[in-house]
Amino acid sequence: MTNESLTRDVPPNRALIEERLVVWYFLASIAYLFISMLGGFLMAFQLIRHNPFNGIELLSPGRWRMIHTNAIAYGFLANAFLGNLHWIVPRLTLRPVFSRTLSYLIFAAWQLVVLSTAGGILMGEAQGLEWGETPVWIDPVAQLGLGLVAVNFMAPILKIKGPMYVTLWYFLAAFVWTFLTYAMGNFVPQYFVCGTSAGAVGGLFIHDLVGLFVTPLGWGSMYFFVPILLRKPIWSHGMSMVGFWGLAFFYPLQGIHHFLYTPIPMFLQYGAIVSTIAVEMVVLTVIVNFFGTLKGSSRALATNLPIRWFFTGMVFYAITCAQCALQTTLTFQALIHFSDWVVGHAHLVMFGVFGQWLLGVMTYLFPRLLKTEWASPKLCEWHFWLSSVGLFTMALDLTLAGLFQGWSWAALQPWDASVEISQPFWIVRIFAGIAMFAGQVLFCVNLWKTWQQSPLNKASLKSEALPA
Amino acid sequence: MLESKAGIMLIAGLAFFGLAFVSNAVVPALMYQDLPELTAEQLVNGNLRYQFEDLARRYPEPFEKAYGKPPEEVAAREKWFNQKTADTLRLGRKLYVGEACWHCHSQFVRPVSNEEQRFGPVSKSIEYQNELQRPVMFGTRRVGPDLSREGGRRSNDWQAVHLFKPTSLSEGSPMPEYPWFFDGSPDKPNARGLAVLTYIQWLGSWLESYPYYEQYQPTPLPAEIPSSKTE
Repeated sequence: MTNESLTRDVPPNRALIEERLVVWYFLASIAYLFISMLGGFLMAFQLIRHNPFNGIELLSPGRWRMIHTNAIAYGFLANAFLGNLHWIVPRLTLRPVFSRTLSYLIFAAWQLVVLSTAGGILMGEAQGLEWGETPVWIDPVAQLGLGLVAVNFMAPILKIKGPMYVTLWYFLAAFVWTFLTYAMGNFVPQYFVCGTSAGAVGGLFIHDLVGLFVTPLGWGSMYFFVPILLRKPIWSHGMSMVGFWGLAFFYPLQGIHHFLYTPIPMFLQYGAIVSTIAVEMVVLTVIVNFFGTLKGSSRALATNLPIRWFFTGMVFYAITCAQCALQTTLTFQALIHFSDWVVGHAHLVMFGVFGQWLLGVMTYLFPRLLKTEWASPKLCEWHFWLSSVGLFTMALDLTLAGLFQGWSWAALQPWDASVEISQPFWIVRIFAGIAMFAGQVLFCVNLWKTWQQSPLNKASLKSEALPA
Repeated sequence: MLESKAGIMLIAGLAFFGLAFVSNAVVPALMYQDLPELTAEQLVNGNLRYQFEDLARRYPEPFEKAYGKPPEEVAAREKWFNQKTADTLRLGRKLYVGEACWHCHSQFVRPVSNEEQRFGPVSKSIEYQNELQRPVMFGTRRVGPDLSREGGRRSNDWQAVHLFKPTSLSEGSPMPEYPWFFDGSPDKPNARGLAVLTYIQWLGSWLESYPYYEQYQPTPLPAEIPSSKTE
């Protein structure tokens, strides 16, 4: 693990990082999280047949289901990651991003992309691609935005000499992958191929969006924050390499496992299954590596809240991946495909892993950005426990629901039976959702109080003119 | 190389992604390149025309409001109906996507879990080679049943009432209501409603085992046209 600039003078944070922009990104991220959760509630109440807004076009649960997933991917996760990148990349490379003006431009453009996606979906303009319902007329803008993001962050990374730290491997690859993935998913099945081949590309897109955009940015952040917070290097550099290269090779090969038993040729389905099981072995090495790092410092789990967020996320990651290795087999697929098992799995990954990590990062960074301690450490604790317990309850509940639904279908019960047996699970899911929602509300209350006591609140933000 | 910028960008970033794209996307695309991609016009078949004309018969006023009057002359009328059916299919598909129907209703029947008995024949690639499967509507979740063999199973009346208020036909259904497909009551579908109904009736209409309908006579509207003239 060589770091070229250990001997160089470290420039002050102010020269490296546009801290205000990091705050803006985090706030945007939290706002979209709320929008997404409200969409989730709408669908959840519809399923238990108590949707008070049934029959109102603009509050249609179907449209809001798409807003729910898109707001999570492009609103919550993407914004939080962009804020995160604006902190990590300059600190690791000791160079500012390519252009601050560009940074603000990207911020504005990205919010425009996300809001017009939501608006387009709300007006019934969605594209028929799961996780990519962005209306087709926004796709080129989003593509351009991703290109600019890559330029802005790759400039400082490409200037450093010699080998890079693990985090930057993940980030560098993620910039290339995200751009390619978005282009592939949104343009190929729309304009170039149809039918079964479009299905194969669609599966690849859903999969790569998680695996080549969210996952590398997530693990890159963990490789950055965990050693800093624990004040020691990562346990094994060799294992970090196995983790990165294993992910890079095996992850993109698995897209078709989202469409097993479709008319997509069977040998391609087998290929996707084998590489899925292979990547779970790789993932195991990453998790072992992090828990190896934690070894001897496990007290930090009790005393250091961000560390607790991170490692809880990693436990959820291990569970998700164990689930993956099972559910990708044809035996499991026959039973659980199309069921709430899949929905539970998606929540476990998106909120349980990456949501937890990013909320942990925010818990760590907000005091540094706002130059003051959290107003209430107690509310921070509540935020953690409500989010984690709520999420885990939801995932477990939906996983179980999926099994019962699958059995009901296979047994050729009348269709209504599968809906009836789901009711208790769907009701529990609402309560789990309320717990998660309450956690985020407390987080915002705490953030507001912290802002009130922040020295920045007084004058400084107003004195700087907006460059964008 | 494993830690260098070039190695990561070129090998991990481009080469591995490219390998996956070739094996997971280009290979199936090449395998199916000889299957022609049908247009909406080519997808219009007798079963679907039967349903579309059934809409004209059941909902004459809404139908006329949405599409105008068909020409009197038989050949022109035939052409008119085919073109309207194709246009309506396209709009129906757009609405089906825009309302996220496909997030709760899949469109493929698997060879497992007794699906063949519940829904009908297992799906084949050729069924998806058309412009309405761009991107494909396989779906990943079934809150409600698969719809790829729904066409012709239930009448347009049933579908209309069900879209207007699902619980009135299927007690305990968690499906949302779609009153904006109608002008106030289920017997008055608007252009969007007619399009969704047509799209639903299209699903599976290409199968030989298409259920329940008598043999179709081209352009039976109006009923007065003596069959000897057309023969």
